[in-house]
Amino acid sequence: MPLSDKACVSGVGETVYERGSSKTAFELQIASSLKAIADAGLTPKDIDGVIPIGIVSGTAEDFIDNFGIPDLRFSALIPHGGASPAIALQTATAIVAAGICNHILITFGRSVTASANKAGARIHQMPQFHYVTEFEHPMGNNAPAQIYAPMARRHMELYGTTVAQFGAVAVAHRQHALLNDNAIMTKPITLEDHRNSRMIADPFRLFDCSLESDGGAAIVISAANRAADLRHRRVFISGVSAGHPDSPASITQRGDMTSLGLSKAAPRAFEMAGVKPEDIDVAEIYDCFTYAVIRQFEDMGFCKKGEGGPFVEGGRIGPGGALPTNTHGGLLSQAHVWGLNHIVELTRQLRGNAGRAQVKDAELGVVTGYGDMGDGGLTVMRRE
Amino acid sequence: MTELPTKPTPPDSDLSRPYWEAAAKGELLIQGCASCNTLRHYPRLLCDQCYSDEASWAVASGRGTIHSWTVAHHAFHPAFIAELPYTIVTVDLEEGPRALGRWSGETPTIEQPVQGRFEVSDGTPELIFVPRIVG
Repeated sequence: MPLSDKACVSGVGETVYERGSSKTAFELQIASSLKAIADAGLTPKDIDGVIPIGIVSGTAEDFIDNFGIPDLRFSALIPHGGASPAIALQTATAIVAAGICNHILITFGRSVTASANKAGARIHQMPQFHYVTEFEHPMGNNAPAQIYAPMARRHMELYGTTVAQFGAVAVAHRQHALLNDNAIMTKPITLEDHRNSRMIADPFRLFDCSLESDGGAAIVISAANRAADLRHRRVFISGVSAGHPDSPASITQRGDMTSLGLSKAAPRAFEMAGVKPEDIDVAEIYDCFTYAVIRQFEDMGFCKKGEGGPFVEGGRIGPGGALPTNTHGGLLSQAHVWGLNHIVELTRQLRGNAGRAQVKDAELGVVTGYGDMGDGGLTVMRRE
Repeated sequence: MTELPTKPTPPDSDLSRPYWEAAAKGELLIQGCASCNTLRHYPRLLCDQCYSDEASWAVASGRGTIHSWTVAHHAFHPAFIAELPYTIVTVDLEEGPRALGRWSGETPTIEQPVQGRFEVSDGTPELIFVPRIVG
């Protein structure tokens, strides 16, 4: 496979995750970028490719200016909402594998404290949501929780997925967050706490919904043959792919409204890596909602469609389980930086640097992205 | 007196103007391909079956069944605070495509028969579905 193991995640960086930060999204993006670059053992001027991500974001020119980059050879924007970091991994892998440049910075910052970034305010700013903006927003379908809830209701109706199974996801994520020193949520929750949390958009309760938070996260993707003597043991991108659902701009019009782009992407990434779901030691799954974690296990083939509910029960995905998932607490309990924190966490797990949440002998992991109304991506990563 | 926030309005669009003009008169129009007659909703530039850019419009009856639903308990836009809780339904129209609208009735059940009609709210036609008695 031409792309397999040609790229690696050489550096990761995160700011403190919090609420009410006084910093702008760009400041947070720059701060996390500098950390990731230093983590790679590089200097800012070594960066020769950039994929800036976020509704509020620095441009490629901003990075050239602020870092004094002498020769930026590659830049791209990925227009897929929360799936952008995961889909950017495919772009970055292909570009470094092709020898276009050596070290690509993928970087994100977010300040919800600035009201332009609150969930209801931003949907109509995004062109991929144009059908929702025109036909549904005026009637009160305003934010992801409301737009995605019918998918979950349909899944419950067709497969018997339960509120307690959503709760199992929420509880496992909170357990993992408690093992992470940079997680916003610090109190444990029970299944009863999940069920008693206030309803947002039926069937989504508060604890089914990801956080809104301030912070920045960044990674450096380096050509594998340029990363052998950088700071850390290499973490290879073994398989990477992107996929889009049918009727990508409207869940309302999607034939099978539970289907996601990940179902198309996953077989490609596993084939490229030459591994199967049962080989995976640790999973970082884009958890915009508890339901989304259940669905993505199905779409990746960890279990059959409709069996995701039972799959996440019984401690399987919590600390010490058979498939520890979102070992940092995820978007549900750590912070919401569009899933870049998931790529950071998987890298740390495969380096053996994940601290109290370290999955013993983790060699192979997956990270997913989910964006807008079901765009997705899958990356299989392995340690050197 | 402070003004109450108004609901967002649909952006103006040449492509879907016929839909909104009909909605203002209480009619639900669904776009179709003038070349191969495939219906599609929401309105598009091309037919994805034969790639024709010639569109026709068909009046839909508003009859359908519930495909899915959600109940909003939290307002993500200030204009909807006063309406909480409100129910949004996704309906399989008998013509084939789906429609999203507001629900007037008890908690819906999947496959429940419904009837849709337009009501104007803050100047915009709003598609409201109600239970339909069959048989």
